[in-house]
Amino acid sequence: MTDRISLTPSRHLKKRYRAEKRFKACCIGALVLAMAFLVLFFTDMIRQGYSAFYETQIRAEVTYNEDTVEFAMDSVSEEVFPLVSRAFFRGVPRQVENNPDLMDTTQTQWLTAKADVDQYLKGHSESLDPEMKASLEQLQADGDVGYGFNTGLFFSGDSKIPSNAGLWSAFVGTFYLMLVVLAISFPIGVATAIYLEEFAPDNRFTQAIEININNLAAVPSILFGLLGLAIFINFFGVPRSSALAGGLTLSLMTLPVIIISTRAALKAVPQNIRQGAQAVGASRWQAVRDHVLPLALPGILTGTIIGIAQAIGETAPLLLIGMIAYIPDAPGNLTDAATVLPAQIFTWAGMPERAYVSLTAAGILVLLSLLIVLNATAVILRNRFERRW
Amino acid sequence: MLVFFGGLLPLATVAYVMGRRKALVADARGDRLHSLPGQYGVYVATWMALPAIAIGVVAAGAALLGVQVPAAPFVLIFALVGAAVGGAMALRRVEPGLRARNAIEKFVYWTLFTASLVSILTTLGIILSIVFEALKFFNQVSVWHFITGTNWSPVAQFRPDQQTAESQFGSVPLFAGTFMISAIAMLVAIPIGVLSAVYMSEYAPYRVRTIAKPLLEILAGIPTVVYGFFAAITVSPLVVDVAALFGLNASYTNALAPGLVMGIMIIPFISSLSDDVINSIPNSLREGAYALGSTRSETIKNIVLPAAFPGIMAASLLGVSRALGETMIVVMAAGLRPNLTWNPLEDMTTVTVRIVDGLTGDQAFDSPETLAAFALGLVLFVVTLTLNLVSIIVIRKFRQSYE
Repeated sequence: MTDRISLTPSRHLKKRYRAEKRFKACCIGALVLAMAFLVLFFTDMIRQGYSAFYETQIRAEVTYNEDTVEFAMDSVSEEVFPLVSRAFFRGVPRQVENNPDLMDTTQTQWLTAKADVDQYLKGHSESLDPEMKASLEQLQADGDVGYGFNTGLFFSGDSKIPSNAGLWSAFVGTFYLMLVVLAISFPIGVATAIYLEEFAPDNRFTQAIEININNLAAVPSILFGLLGLAIFINFFGVPRSSALAGGLTLSLMTLPVIIISTRAALKAVPQNIRQGAQAVGASRWQAVRDHVLPLALPGILTGTIIGIAQAIGETAPLLLIGMIAYIPDAPGNLTDAATVLPAQIFTWAGMPERAYVSLTAAGILVLLSLLIVLNATAVILRNRFERRW
Repeated sequence: MLVFFGGLLPLATVAYVMGRRKALVADARGDRLHSLPGQYGVYVATWMALPAIAIGVVAAGAALLGVQVPAAPFVLIFALVGAAVGGAMALRRVEPGLRARNAIEKFVYWTLFTASLVSILTTLGIILSIVFEALKFFNQVSVWHFITGTNWSPVAQFRPDQQTAESQFGSVPLFAGTFMISAIAMLVAIPIGVLSAVYMSEYAPYRVRTIAKPLLEILAGIPTVVYGFFAAITVSPLVVDVAALFGLNASYTNALAPGLVMGIMIIPFISSLSDDVINSIPNSLREGAYALGSTRSETIKNIVLPAAFPGIMAASLLGVSRALGETMIVVMAAGLRPNLTWNPLEDMTTVTVRIVDGLTGDQAFDSPETLAAFALGLVLFVVTLTLNLVSIIVIRKFRQSYE
């Protein structure tokens, strides 16, 4: 054999180093591409949605008297009337009812503009009725057109009038749904995890349960919707579109997430904690209850929050159990027809008017912020309380 | 219901106090207790609550199944009597030698065991709910026609007895659409997912890793309805514009846009699973390769990736299963028209779109179109179950082999 070992890099070696660089560049490129998607996605949503957070308002004299309560369209001048959202005129009688002092007075108010006007001024649509355009330009010249925060987006329910549509009923629906999900999936999930991790004998049946749970975590969500429809609604007679039906269905979906993360948290508690407790005479359950569970609690809570966050964003199974109905008023209890944030987004996404596109994107931004807050809480909880052994 | 549990709580408290007092009295007499006094209390309270809850559950179950049940107040009285009898018997049994702690232990064990059955029941529930309706469907339409037919054109039927034209339920175009969109998704997700996992586990400095990993996870946390909107509003028109640049004609509900967006959604599933798998390859393998003079990329390509292959395969299968079952993206961005084509720029529909469409319309619940949704659900369940099971078992085996 030869004993010539060359110390100058051969051509072959150079080629190999180039291959090395290429491969590393590919890997970095893949990650950068994934990040680029993320950036593109968020900028696109913000670009589409930011304009729905403010609304065009028009300053006008509003006259309240017997006639205008009856015919609300007379409460403002003829030029202003076509520009103002119809939702305002519907509300005139109620305004007077709530505040009788308004009767027979004239108030200068900022009124929410009609969606056409709003979209025109935001540059989303080119066309506007020429008459409306003329009076709008007149008002602009007088400084009677302004922008204000769109409170309706958060505090009014869904509406067929885009300038009046908001997320309030979806917020309430989401809240009810999460109550149901939490009440069902948290206790059952934690109990299952404790059973599997601390008590279950290692036999075929236990393994079957484990595999089953892993499979449930990957079953398409729409199949849970079929289950909800066939079993909860058709068999048990839970009211269709109700928060209860949705909550029950989503609980079953959240269950595997909570079980898997609780098991991981329990597994992280070292064995000698249990042995120590049992050495001084604690029974198995006492050791788990008084020593293992408190130590695993941060992990369990983190997993639960992540599971809940997933459930908040879930839509497909809810479509099947009828939670895409038009719900203008917030539900009063668990069995009322309800809608949730993602379902509201879906409904708005299907609306033909241009104004709903911004509303949808704004709804998405609100939903994403909610999820980011929840997940950030989970991360903080984990970093602050998680113990490493 | 509220009355039921509201009434049970104070009763159970009373039972607890009585059981505990009896044990304490025995203790004061100087007898040696087997368990703590409180455990006797819990023992009595449990024996009191159990019969009451059992009676309540049985009554509720019977009422649901349509069996004649006595009116609610009577059920309540029954439950109370059950509680009283159970509590009294348990209280009589309380004596120093009674092993209350062991009884509690047993009770806890069975409670936890019952809880773990819920997940089994869920799977059973899914199977039952789908299979029954699907069987009804296959009574009307032959399985063979369903699997091999290439024409899907259900005719809406609003009343069960309505006479309509013959519906066609050949599901091949739906499967074709589903596989086309899933294939596009996997073409995006697998390379990007695996390569970024390789970067994060083999190359990235610790700091980059701690930042990049959670950022990637964000992609997995975005709700699918949001992706659907993104696909329909931004990506679809983009695809149409780009296609026009090449002189191609694309539909606004083309299969490419939902496929691409679905791929983005699946990246984090594949990357985080592959990351785990690559990390579990022992370092001795890498060091062996370095010692023989391999460069890093050669080590990765020739040693690490082949060793991790089963795991990466399993991760990809889970990704495929997710793509097949994904609903919102395709409902919002893909078409409704069943279309058998190889061209991803045309509109195609998928199994999940048809399930949603069949169940959100106004058709009578027993109409073939509604039942067809369940038949499609059955196919979806069987396919994803197979994929999931294979990948779960492969991952389990893989973990064991390197532990």
